[in-house]
Amino acid sequence: MEKTVNQKAWFLVLPVLILVAFSAVIPLMTVVNYSVQDTFGNNQFFWAGLEWFGEMLRDDRMWGALGRQLFFSGTILLIQIPLGVFVALNMPKKGIWASFCLVLMSLPLLIPWNVVGTIWQIFGRADIGLLGYTLDALGIDYNYTSDAVAAWVTIIVMDVWHWTSLVALLAYAGLQSIPDAYYQAAKIDQASRWKVFRFIELPKMMGVLMIAILLRFMDSFMIYTEPFVVTGGGPGSTTTLLSIDLVKMALGQFDLGPAAAFSIMYFLVILLISWVFYTVMVNLDKRGS
Amino acid sequence: MAKITLDNLAHSYLANPANEADYALKELNHDWDDGAAYALLGSSGCGKSTLLNIISGLLQPSQGRILFNGQDVTHSPTAKRNIAQVFQFPVVYDTMTVHDNLAFPLRNRGRDEAYVAERVNNIARMIGMEDVLSKKARGLTADAKQKISLGRGMVREDVNALLFDEPLTVIDPHMKWELRTQLKSLHHEFGHTMIYVTHDQTEALTFADKVVVMYDGRVVQIGTPEELFERPEHTFVGYFIGSPGMNVLTADVQGTEARVGGSTIPLGGGYRSMQGSKVEIGVRPEFVKLSRTDGLPVSIQRVEDVGRHKIVRATFEGHEINIIANEDDVIGADMTRVSFDPAHVNVYVNDWRVAPDGSQSVGEAA
Repeated sequence: MEKTVNQKAWFLVLPVLILVAFSAVIPLMTVVNYSVQDTFGNNQFFWAGLEWFGEMLRDDRMWGALGRQLFFSGTILLIQIPLGVFVALNMPKKGIWASFCLVLMSLPLLIPWNVVGTIWQIFGRADIGLLGYTLDALGIDYNYTSDAVAAWVTIIVMDVWHWTSLVALLAYAGLQSIPDAYYQAAKIDQASRWKVFRFIELPKMMGVLMIAILLRFMDSFMIYTEPFVVTGGGPGSTTTLLSIDLVKMALGQFDLGPAAAFSIMYFLVILLISWVFYTVMVNLDKRGS
Repeated sequence: MAKITLDNLAHSYLANPANEADYALKELNHDWDDGAAYALLGSSGCGKSTLLNIISGLLQPSQGRILFNGQDVTHSPTAKRNIAQVFQFPVVYDTMTVHDNLAFPLRNRGRDEAYVAERVNNIARMIGMEDVLSKKARGLTADAKQKISLGRGMVREDVNALLFDEPLTVIDPHMKWELRTQLKSLHHEFGHTMIYVTHDQTEALTFADKVVVMYDGRVVQIGTPEELFERPEHTFVGYFIGSPGMNVLTADVQGTEARVGGSTIPLGGGYRSMQGSKVEIGVRPEFVKLSRTDGLPVSIQRVEDVGRHKIVRATFEGHEINIIANEDDVIGADMTRVSFDPAHVNVYVNDWRVAPDGSQSVGEAA
């Protein structure tokens, strides 16, 4: 077939190009620009090459933050995914209680991040917070501002409270799509409850669970507001996650060069992990068929 | 293997059924003989699947009892009843191989692996899937998946009954015939009680020794294919079985004659006069004859040649009727007379057949 050549058609993609340029490419390039330069103020910049990247890679502070970040994301995934699935399995399938549960489950998802942080910040205080006061009264030494373990428990429980609903709702959607005949056939085949889960429910939920894991990984890896409002990264730097550290560096100390290098590596790490995850998932899926 | 008895069984999906219309399955008493092959025939939504699910224990009936060999199993769970059931749409365990799918019901019952392997190989040969046994079930086509479902239903030898809920809906016609033949041979070999739900009369008539016809939550007739053809107990059976179905005409029946419009049709027996009810006569197209000279006036609308015979669509006293003529009969424009074989004209009062002596047929009691 003869193709019509009309170079003017390129103009049709221009609006999208402009939009993407302003929303993604230009900001990212600005960061790249900062990461390879040094400044002493007065808007005077000097070429620094890959010096900042090298410095950041040798910096224990960044490795520490990365380690804490991986620990945080890993822990919340290990809790939220099984818990979300468990909740979804136990939610009513239909009727008024199903709707009630759905509304109840979505409530935490509707609360702005900084409000979630504030809620837990107050909730955990020993003087006016219900949780802190109760634990204190029970004789448990709980103080998230001075005790690293308490601080960690607080931000993890907070994240579980905030986001398990998302996993549960996605898993619930997956469960709802399973036709009744599957459960009936399982009864005829005399399958145990565990086998029904293992061979019917889990395979049918796999697709949405993968999305849930990916979403929760990316979101938790970039988390900033909630832990910052509760602990401010403390006590010391025990709860300083990557983004908190980055903001301290970029805005607190105004070390633009290192912060920019840090940002780019941060971005690449998320991209890399997500890509590895995605590839593994797709391959698992292929091997299955 | 067991005789299955339904005793006063009825089911409603509503919590508090108020009247008969609320029942998906109306009160029913029936014995399914041990080792017989039944077809449960009826249009969609007539309660066939409900009945099947009650027998297998997936559904608890609102009233009545189910007995297996005289033993009450109404409240026994599915697992205790030892029943195999195959559903309309394929159910396979996606992450398992075909082999593991077929082995699943046996393994769940703790059978040893040597026995499992032997049964699975037998069944795989029967459904023609020996070469894909090690493949994952997920990637297979819909009819391959349905064959696995059928195979899972047949893999156990000791089941009380085998229930099929329109199992061949998704299978292509050629394979349908083959699988049906295999089900039949399986039945001959092992003598399981089989109940086969379908809305396809060909399927029902070729598969079963006895056909149970359901209509609107009620069993309207149980009989051999011949009985259903010759003496439909309910006008629905007449419509539903046969192609085209029975001609049903509103009539005024008196003695040995039925009056339809201005014409008088002789009947095979004498009837008491039936006033105040809906009276109809039914006659199958096979027992209607066209001729040039004998019989009642009729006008032919069109003739369809369907191969082995011709279907004549005609108008008789303002009613549409169908007539079946032989393939080599010549239907001329001057064939304006029709006659009905008196021995095969049935009389229906409120849709139920009435025997010539005037008493209501047994059908209504069911």
